[in-house]
Amino acid sequence: MEIQLKLNGRPLRAAVEPGTLLLDFVRAHGCASVKRGCETSNCGLCTVLLDGKPVLSCSVLAARADGCEVQTLEGLQAEAEAFVAFIADQGAEQCGFCNPGYVMNTIALLRENPDPTDDEIRAYLAGNLCRCSGYEGQLRGIRAFLDARGPAKEGHHG
Amino acid sequence: MLTIKRYVRAQSLDEAYALCQKRANVVLGGMLWLKTQNRTVDTAIDLCGLGLDTIEETPDAYRIGAMVSLRALEQHAGLGALTQGALAESVRHIVGVQFRNLATVGGSLYGRFGFSDVLTLFLALDARVELHHGGTVPLAEYAARPYERDILTHVVLPKLPGRVAYASQRNSATDFPVLACAVALRPDGVRCAVGARPMKAQLYPGDPALLAGGVTPETADAFAAAVAQQAAFGSNLRAGADYRRGLCRVLVRRALLACKEG
Repeated sequence: MEIQLKLNGRPLRAAVEPGTLLLDFVRAHGCASVKRGCETSNCGLCTVLLDGKPVLSCSVLAARADGCEVQTLEGLQAEAEAFVAFIADQGAEQCGFCNPGYVMNTIALLRENPDPTDDEIRAYLAGNLCRCSGYEGQLRGIRAFLDARGPAKEGHHG
Repeated sequence: MLTIKRYVRAQSLDEAYALCQKRANVVLGGMLWLKTQNRTVDTAIDLCGLGLDTIEETPDAYRIGAMVSLRALEQHAGLGALTQGALAESVRHIVGVQFRNLATVGGSLYGRFGFSDVLTLFLALDARVELHHGGTVPLAEYAARPYERDILTHVVLPKLPGRVAYASQRNSATDFPVLACAVALRPDGVRCAVGARPMKAQLYPGDPALLAGGVTPETADAFAAAVAQQAAFGSNLRAGADYRRGLCRVLVRRALLACKEG
């Protein structure tokens, strides 16, 4: 079957098998930042934005994305650049395998809630697993970015 | 491994219903549970083009399309007010935002999974489900039925007065619950659902007379003890039946007191 979608802003028409997962589809089209992790919808490594919402591409059929807009880290470099150095400064990357998923979900978080509290950051990123860091480094990095950037709105620290 | 031979984005509920009559065909919800199964699906029937992803408000109810995501439920201001935050509380532990953007209310209720937080809360909320051919059915009745080849199109939450609270216990964050309890304290009585027993959620009457004089720490505990005695529990890798029974008494009491304090 054939699907048409927008991948990182680029219109794309492609043939897919009915059971092709969006994860495999985007990787086959050059988006290697999207990682195959648990494949049981638990780890967040395969996070992409589907019509702006973060989803697990290991659990979405490519056919279901027909007519949608899909964004991966390859298409969101500028948005990610704003904060990834703060995460790296905290040594939170370590092996780095979870990082693209983390960054994608952080982009979604900051779009939805530009000035989150620490508890809101923890809650939003709960679906991103990291076996190296213990999560405190990522939290410190995002907090450092938010503090350096200044408040996007009033009275929102936790 | 899940194998899908054919994908159909249904153009109407009648088309989806007709396709659904074949045993090897499956209606897709969020596809999260389905994907973990080792099976071959002849035709995957997708309802995503049928406008079932909206929440309608009427004077006396919210009518929620089957394809509404758990994340949309969690963020809906009207449902948040109706349940005093219990709806968001019931889903916030479910894996993560990315997962809840995919998981659907229809899939959660059709599945009638033992671990379902959504089924537990919606039972206490007096929900009804709308089936394409089967009409409107109280969720409590639907939950007890065997699986049918009908399509759950909507779930209706009546706007009832009173307070609602949800409490669950997990061994680790984002895991399935060891036990889940939902309590709705209405002017005409209390509805208490217990889920993840680990069998699917069910309503238990407790002993309403114990609350006739109002909810106090003592009456809440007595009512919770009655529910814990009535409910059936089982053991699995997460907890034993006796532990769940003890936990049930604690969580029901806490939920009742949360209703009282709210």
